[in-house]
Amino acid sequence: MSSGSDDLKDLYQEVVLEHSKRPRNYRVVEGANHEAAGHNPLCGDQLSVTMKVDGDVIRDIGFQGQGCAISRASASLMTGVVKDKTRAEAEALFEKVHKLVTEGPESVDVESLGKLAVLSGVSEFPARVKCASLAWHTMRAALEGRDEAISTE
Amino acid sequence: MSSFDVQRVRQDFPLLHQEVRGRPLVYLDSAATAQKPQAVLDAIVRFYQHDNANVHRGVHVLSERATEAYEGARETVRGFLNARDAREIIFVRGTTEAINLVAQTYGRKHVGPGDEILITQMEHHANIIPWKMLCEQTGATLRVIPVDDRGELVLDAVDALLTEKTRILAVTHVSNALGTVNPVKELTRRAHAKGIPVLVDGAQSVTHFPVDVQDLGCDFYALSGHKLFGPTGIGVLYGRLERLEPMPPYQGGGDMILSVTMEKITYNRVPHRFEAGTPNLEGAVGLAAAIRYLQALGLDAIAEHDRALMAYATQALESVPGLRLVGTAREKAGVLSFTLEDIHPHDVGTILDREGICIRTGHHCAQPVMQHFKLPATARASLALYNTREDVDALVRGLHKVREVFR
Ligand SMILES: Cc1ncc(COP(=O)(O)O)c(C=O)c1O
Repeated sequence: MSSGSDDLKDLYQEVVLEHSKRPRNYRVVEGANHEAAGHNPLCGDQLSVTMKVDGDVIRDIGFQGQGCAISRASASLMTGVVKDKTRAEAEALFEKVHKLVTEGPESVDVESLGKLAVLSGVSEFPARVKCASLAWHTMRAALEGRDEAISTE
Repeated sequence: MSSFDVQRVRQDFPLLHQEVRGRPLVYLDSAATAQKPQAVLDAIVRFYQHDNANVHRGVHVLSERATEAYEGARETVRGFLNARDAREIIFVRGTTEAINLVAQTYGRKHVGPGDEILITQMEHHANIIPWKMLCEQTGATLRVIPVDDRGELVLDAVDALLTEKTRILAVTHVSNALGTVNPVKELTRRAHAKGIPVLVDGAQSVTHFPVDVQDLGCDFYALSGHKLFGPTGIGVLYGRLERLEPMPPYQGGGDMILSVTMEKITYNRVPHRFEAGTPNLEGAVGLAAAIRYLQALGLDAIAEHDRALMAYATQALESVPGLRLVGTAREKAGVLSFTLEDIHPHDVGTILDREGICIRTGHHCAQPVMQHFKLPATARASLALYNTREDVDALVRGLHKVREVFR
């Protein structure tokens, strides 16, 4: 068993902290044709995702909102990674990230996740899984064009 | 009252003596739910080992004993709140149910279209939603006493909000999100001057200082057993007899009727009219044991300990760079809500948890008051009679650690 401190270092890796402090693509996408709002009632976190989807490809994506370091970092990393991906690729990434944060790094091919691998520490913190997945749920809702508010509950 | 020895008190709470995450447990979340002394656990076990039977209905010896235990618990609560009459004590599931009961009985009978219900900006959702629901059912309007930036009620606004349309004032004694102690005696005086009844949410008060409902003068007082070092699933609604007597029943079922034919029902007297079905016997027994435990320690001695620890903790937290207390009322009890720089409370909570320190983070089921402070969430440490200065010191060390991680 790893100690509490090691777990913390895994959770709050430099890259995570850096993204949470200076999130990328923190904006409303101009000319967006897909959007959704996500909400985590447990901690009050709220974020919105806007996207420009061209045929099958996500041309641009941005997010805004308030949340903890984990949810901001996850959102920021997500916007970087799904840009220029197809819908199916973005969906597949979500599946992998979800597996990573719930079941841990052994459960997925971490290499294929690139930068997103820094979210692996979340799996030691069950209470934080929702924080890490909020942006992804919201992205998926935006893609699917559902316009009801998304909640992690 | 120097006989209060917190180290000895801690010995009475078995749960506190454990390691979590490889560190000694520091429990600073008693405002969410309090830990239980051995005396409460023993009382529950003893009840099931010796006295268990249904109440108010058997002719046999066990039913007699169980009824005695249950009605004895009612008397213990009466003494604890200094109510005039044990019939003024209704057992419910908790504060939430107590407030719903008043809204759906007193409220449904007396509130109509155009009427107003007055609450405050700092209420727990349990003292907002039942009234909001009542408004939707009756066409009444919810009015709100504002809070200022210290987290105190704006008393100057109260008189204008108490109008001839106001049917009830519902206010918390102590705010679970800010720790503010509200002047409920003064508020009751002002409401009563206009003939308006008052309900006080006592979920966070009775744990920290003695409460005398006759002195306060309020019409209803609600509390939860699990926050008062008793079991979960039991709570109390105190109601003045003159108020309770004419109130229609709450739920229907056994125990709440005197006689039933298919044509006509005669409802039972107070308090049984409001206690349909087999009540939470072990809950009442456990709650009474908790109250006797507190009384043996001395309610004034507990209040003194809590006050001193609160002062110590306030100073200690203010010494942490970047920490901002949310709620700086002149009179506070038990609760320290705060933010730390721009670090999200959820992250603060996670890091403290790895240090074995339990606090609450979030909106504390009091979103309107969080909106007043323009915060989605705070971190909240809450204190109880078994907490020590060492617990507070551990929290401060933990907060320094949080700052390190986020540097
Ligand atoms: C001020 C206040 N009122 C009401 C409640 C609701 O209590 P319960 O959930 O025990 O019914 C709480 C509990 O968090 C509280 O702090």
